[in-house]
Amino acid sequence: MIKWLLATKEQVEQYTKKVIEHFMNPSNMGVIKDADAVGEVGNLKCGDVMKIYLKIGKRSPHYAKATRGKQELPLRQGYAGQAGDREEYIEDIKFQTLGCAAAIATSSVVTELAMGKTLDEAEKINQDDINEVLGKLPAPKYHCSVLADKAIKAAIVDYKSRKNG
Amino acid sequence: MIYLDNAATTELAPEVIEAMHRAEPIFGNPSSVHSVGNEAHSLLDESRKTVANFLNCRESEIIFTSGGSESDNLAIRGIVEENRKPHYAKAARGRQKTENSEKTHVITSAIEHHAVLHTIQELEKEGKIEATYIQPNAEGIISAESVTKAIKPNTILVSIMYVNNETGTINPIREIGLAISNYLSSNCPKQIPNKNQRIFFHTDAVQAAGYLDMDVKNLGVDLLTFTGHKIHGPKGVGVLFLKKGTPVKSQITGGGHEGNRRAGTENIVGIAGLAAAVEKVRKPHFAKATRGRQKTPLRQGYEGQAENGKQLAALRDKLENYFLENVAEARLNGDKNARIPSVTNVSFKNAEGESIVLLLDANGICVSSGSACTSQSLAPSHVLTAMGVPVEYTHGSIRFSLSESTTEADIDKVIEVLPPIIERLRQMSPLQ
Repeated sequence: MIKWLLATKEQVEQYTKKVIEHFMNPSNMGVIKDADAVGEVGNLKCGDVMKIYLKIGKRSPHYAKATRGKQELPLRQGYAGQAGDREEYIEDIKFQTLGCAAAIATSSVVTELAMGKTLDEAEKINQDDINEVLGKLPAPKYHCSVLADKAIKAAIVDYKSRKNG
Repeated sequence: MIYLDNAATTELAPEVIEAMHRAEPIFGNPSSVHSVGNEAHSLLDESRKTVANFLNCRESEIIFTSGGSESDNLAIRGIVEENRKPHYAKAARGRQKTENSEKTHVITSAIEHHAVLHTIQELEKEGKIEATYIQPNAEGIISAESVTKAIKPNTILVSIMYVNNETGTINPIREIGLAISNYLSSNCPKQIPNKNQRIFFHTDAVQAAGYLDMDVKNLGVDLLTFTGHKIHGPKGVGVLFLKKGTPVKSQITGGGHEGNRRAGTENIVGIAGLAAAVEKVRKPHFAKATRGRQKTPLRQGYEGQAENGKQLAALRDKLENYFLENVAEARLNGDKNARIPSVTNVSFKNAEGESIVLLLDANGICVSSGSACTSQSLAPSHVLTAMGVPVEYTHGSIRFSLSESTTEADIDKVIEVLPPIIERLRQMSPLQ
C-alpha cells in the first residue's frame, strides 16, 4: 500500500529516453498484407488510433533450440497438450499508429513483447509490462499504454473469432 | 536552432537585457520615503510613463501585474465582483421581471485564452454570473454583430481578445467598442430598459501588442491586458489598462500599491524590462517613417508603417503557401488576411501534432500544436474546434509563429524538413 503511494508521488513530466528511442525508431512498424488477424482501437476524438496485424504460425511446443538429435526433449513448462502437438504462436506482428510519441512508443513495445509468444501468453501482456519497458510515462499519457494493450487483445480476439466463425 | 514558437514566448531583446541590468542596482522599495526608495520610485514612474504613452492613456490608468493571466483575472473578477449588484433590482417592483435579474451577465468568445475562459467558467460555477460564449465564424473571427446581439439588460462585461493566440486572427475590437457604446447611448426604452446600465469592455491584447494599434482611445476599451514575454520582454510582468472611473475589486490586497488596486512591492527589474520592450515595439516601426520630421506619437496599425511587419508576412506567406501547395491534405486554419504577420496555423491530415513537433524538434525547429495529445487536459484545441475544423485536421495542426529575427534560410530549412516528416507519419498511420 505504502509502496503504491510512494510510486504515485514520482510524477514524470517528460518522456524517458526509452520512449523517445521507440518513437524515433519503432520496432515492427508496417502492414502484414495477408494477416491472420487485425485489431484496431481508438478514435480520433480521443486522439490516437492503433492497428495491429498478426501472422499466426505453428511450431513444436518442445524447446526448439534444445534439439539434440534423437533424444526426446521435455515439453514446455505448463504445456497442457500432447507431445506431438503443434502450438499456435505469433510468427509476425506489425503495427500502424496515428498518435503522439507515447502512442507510437507503446505500440512498438507491445509488438516487441508479443512477438514469438503464444496467443495465451500474448493475452497476458498488460500496460504494466509496457510501462516497465518504457520507464514511467507522464500521467496524461498513461492511457496510451492501456490502448496498446487493448490493441493486441483486439487482434487476438479477431483471430479467435475468425477461427471459430 | 530555428525558433518558430514566438506566440508561446519570445527571446529577450538585447535592449531589454540592458535595461534590466541597469535596473538591478536600483534595489530600493519604491514605497520607502528615503532617497534609495525614491530612486526606485523614479524608475517605476519612468516605466509607467513609457507604457502609458504606448497605450495613449494616463499613467494612473496603468496597473503593473505579474503577467497576462493575472491581468485577465483582475479585469474579469475585478469587474464582476465590484459591479455585480444588479442596478435595476429596485426597478423590478413585483411586476415585469427583467430576464435573469439576479445574475449579472458576461459576454466573451469561445476562442479566448484559458486565462479568460476558465476565469469566466469559474465565476459561473461560483454562481456569480451567467455567461454567453460567442462562436467565431469559420475563419476564427468574432463579429461585432454577434457580440451586440448577445447584450442583455444585465450585461456588465464584454471580454473579447484582440488577436487569437492559435491562429493569429484579428478581431474587430474598435467596431465592437463602437457597437457597445451605440447600444448604451440608444434612447429607445425597449432596447435599453435600464438607463443606468454600464457595460465594461475588456480586451486581451497579449498577442496584438507587438503588431497592432494599441491606442486605447481608438480601440474604445475600458480594460486591456498585455504582457512582457510576448514582445521580447521578461516573463512574470504584465499590464492591465484600467480606464478612469471603472470600478474594480482588487484581487491582491495588501499595501495599497498601484492605486490600491494591486498590492505587492513592484517588480522593478521586470517592469524596467517591460518598458524597454514596449519602446522596442514602437521604435523600428517609426524609425523609417520619421525621416527627420516630427515623430508620430501613435501607431495607426501595421499596414502603412510596419515595414518589419511586411517582411515578416512575406516569410510567413512563403512558408504557408509552400505547404498548402505541395503537401497533400493540408489546410490553413484562420483568416488569411485579418491576422498578424507572424503566425500561420496549418493542419496536416493523418499526421499527429505532437509527433510532428517532436520530429521537427529533432531537426532543431521549434513549433507548437493544437492536437489533443499536446494538451495537459487531452482536449483538442478549443479554438480550432469552435471554428469547426474537423477533428482529423485539429489532430495534425501546427502553429508556426515567426519573429523579426527569423531569416529566409530558416524558412527554407523548415520547407525542406517538414514534408518528409509528414510523409513518414502518414506511412505509419492506419488511416489513409
